[in-house]
Amino acid sequence: METAKVIKIKNEAQIVVALAGNPNSGKTTIFNNLTGARQHVGNWPGVTVEKKEGQFVSEGKVVRVVDLPGTYSLGAYSEDEAVARNYIAFEKPDVVINVVDATNLERNLYLTLQLLEMGANVVIALNMTDELKAKRMDINTAKLSELLGVRVVPTVATQNQGIKELVNQTLQAAKIKDREPLKISYGKEVEYELAAIEQDILSNPELSVRFSPRWLAVKVLEGDEDILKKLEGYIDLRQLLTKRETAIKRLEGILGDEIDSLIADRRYGFISGLAKEVITRRQTAEDRLSSSDKIDRIVTNRYLGIPIFLLAMWAVFQFTFKVGDPLIGWIENLFEWLGGTTGTWLESIGTSELLVSLIVDGIIGSVGSVLVFIPNIFLLFFAISILEDSGYMARAAYIMDRFMHSLGLHGKSFIPLLIGFGCNVPAIMATRTLENKHDRLITILINPLMSCTARLPVYVLFAGAFFSARQGLVIFSIYLLGLILAVLSGLLFKRFLFKGETSHFVMELPPYRVPTLKSTLIHMWERGSSFIRKAGTIIFAVVVLIWVLSNLPAGVEYASHNSVLGRIGGFIAPIFKPAGFGTWEAAAALIFGILAKEVVVGTLGIVYGVGEAGLTDVISNYWTPLSAYAFMVMTLIYIPCIATIAAIKRETNSWGWTIFAISYSLILGWLMAVLVYQIGRLIGLG
Amino acid sequence: MDTSVLSLGFLQTGREAVIKDFNGGRNFHQRLLDLGLVRGIKVRVIKNDMTGPLIISIGEGRLAIGRGMALKIIVKEVNGSCL
Repeated sequence: METAKVIKIKNEAQIVVALAGNPNSGKTTIFNNLTGARQHVGNWPGVTVEKKEGQFVSEGKVVRVVDLPGTYSLGAYSEDEAVARNYIAFEKPDVVINVVDATNLERNLYLTLQLLEMGANVVIALNMTDELKAKRMDINTAKLSELLGVRVVPTVATQNQGIKELVNQTLQAAKIKDREPLKISYGKEVEYELAAIEQDILSNPELSVRFSPRWLAVKVLEGDEDILKKLEGYIDLRQLLTKRETAIKRLEGILGDEIDSLIADRRYGFISGLAKEVITRRQTAEDRLSSSDKIDRIVTNRYLGIPIFLLAMWAVFQFTFKVGDPLIGWIENLFEWLGGTTGTWLESIGTSELLVSLIVDGIIGSVGSVLVFIPNIFLLFFAISILEDSGYMARAAYIMDRFMHSLGLHGKSFIPLLIGFGCNVPAIMATRTLENKHDRLITILINPLMSCTARLPVYVLFAGAFFSARQGLVIFSIYLLGLILAVLSGLLFKRFLFKGETSHFVMELPPYRVPTLKSTLIHMWERGSSFIRKAGTIIFAVVVLIWVLSNLPAGVEYASHNSVLGRIGGFIAPIFKPAGFGTWEAAAALIFGILAKEVVVGTLGIVYGVGEAGLTDVISNYWTPLSAYAFMVMTLIYIPCIATIAAIKRETNSWGWTIFAISYSLILGWLMAVLVYQIGRLIGLG
Repeated sequence: MDTSVLSLGFLQTGREAVIKDFNGGRNFHQRLLDLGLVRGIKVRVIKNDMTGPLIISIGEGRLAIGRGMALKIIVKEVNGSCL
């Protein structure tokens, strides 16, 4: 995602607060409550993790809030964890607000403990306290605060409860400058080795001023590569590593377990002792199935799971298009009217023809073609946000795991593929949740075969013109073709490019919750607006570029065969002859479609000289049902749009894979279109 | 007290067990640790179709866990667990 500044985030904020917490702990909601709309989304330097920042002003102080990625731990096993950990360790925010899910305290405290061990200045936001009653649990916050030595504020983020108090406590906590790191006893043997490593670290004064020596020692023992790299300049690393080797051999020999395990065990031991002190259960948790479990009995049922899932998907798409289409019609009419009246008015005051054309065809037309997609995109993101916030999305991954498994991927890969039906850019970004690199690559490569909403107008146009009675079925067949090809490509990639074991599928199933309108809207807005920004600027630029190419060389008839646009199209057209659309108009539309798929229809409108509204009548003169279908297939498969290509480049971090993605989709698209056309002719459909 | 030790993947729906051991690489192990699956912790199988992933509960949390992964977790069944 490109950075878009909603407001200028001041760097001279007096207090910097980082937000840490598990996924599904309500961290995002707290972030939204604190900062409101004053946020901007960027990227963490050097990695592909999204960075959200915002700010608020309280008691005359400007507070900058940095939302860290949601993680369960601060190891360095995933980019997310490394980003969160490095920010706290090296940037040293004044306060770390740790959002904790009160209903699942033990697991959430694992992260809290690691924050405290680092010496972070923690304030705990004990979130979702309203759900404790239903779970028949009580948490003694005063006790929790006393035992951990940090401020604890009960919150209900979805209802904005406790946020004021959280701000107050955060400002109070910001006055603390140096926090004593929490010391967990790791047992006699481990402590002995830790002390030895700590001695080495203490020998370098600069190092021990910057970091807690004990924390560094724990990290060295855990074999945290990031931290070891950091130590390189300060300390004789080779010697330290040899020391570590010996220590680990000794410990694992004596204690008969891996070091990671030993350390984690101790942390959980500390937590369970703490939990006993602060949690009162009025009935044992394990003795009853929660209502979520009861829903899951049905939703994840072997036989009902997939039908329910398909029904949910059908509902999402119905909602998107049934609600969206009237809005789209309304926007189209508005712009047609705007173009018409502006044109008339401009001519009446004697504006030159060229300028009228630029304003009406170029600028108004392109703004129109950008805005036409807003309803569908936003509604789709709205629906996806509901699925995510309600907890259903995780179940979808669970249900699809068996199916995805047969492709050598796991259930989590399914979510990015699903989002791909909305837009491939956020979908490809969503592959970040996949830990396994090969899984990620395959999911990224097959993602563009999920037909995004931008390609839909092409199908609607052609299917409406040629298959009006069976329009829905024809469009569905295109979507299905994309899915089938994705499955086949996935299998091929898995087989020939990435031989290896399937990665581990493990994910949290958060309890079902009723999504709040506010957070759904914020989610929708975040994704939708970033899409519009990305698409808007590109589409606008492209349509103006097309207009220029259509009017060059000077004096040429607008968008005729002699214009630059016509010549480029004419040059490429023969390649598409076997696919039934070897015309310069089709070629030009495909070329510009690479810049953004939305532009395909717009380009056709320009080259046929009718605008988007009159296209349906015109294309039946130039196309047959068969060539139209082949063109739809081509549009589905060939080269992803520029924004998607950019996303692929960013997420794979390799030009090689990016070029591979472009070429394989182009070849596959051409092959499929030719196949459709030739087989169609053979069976007499031409 | 039943002392049957088996793989989590074979534990039937509704049964409870204590985690005993892991057979897997370091990354695999670390993922489990982060999510709270440590030795000695009690888990309950919410759902196991004997094919595809399982749903298990640890404390208040619910985890979906792939079959391959579950087979690498060795547990000791606790008696008297029922739904």
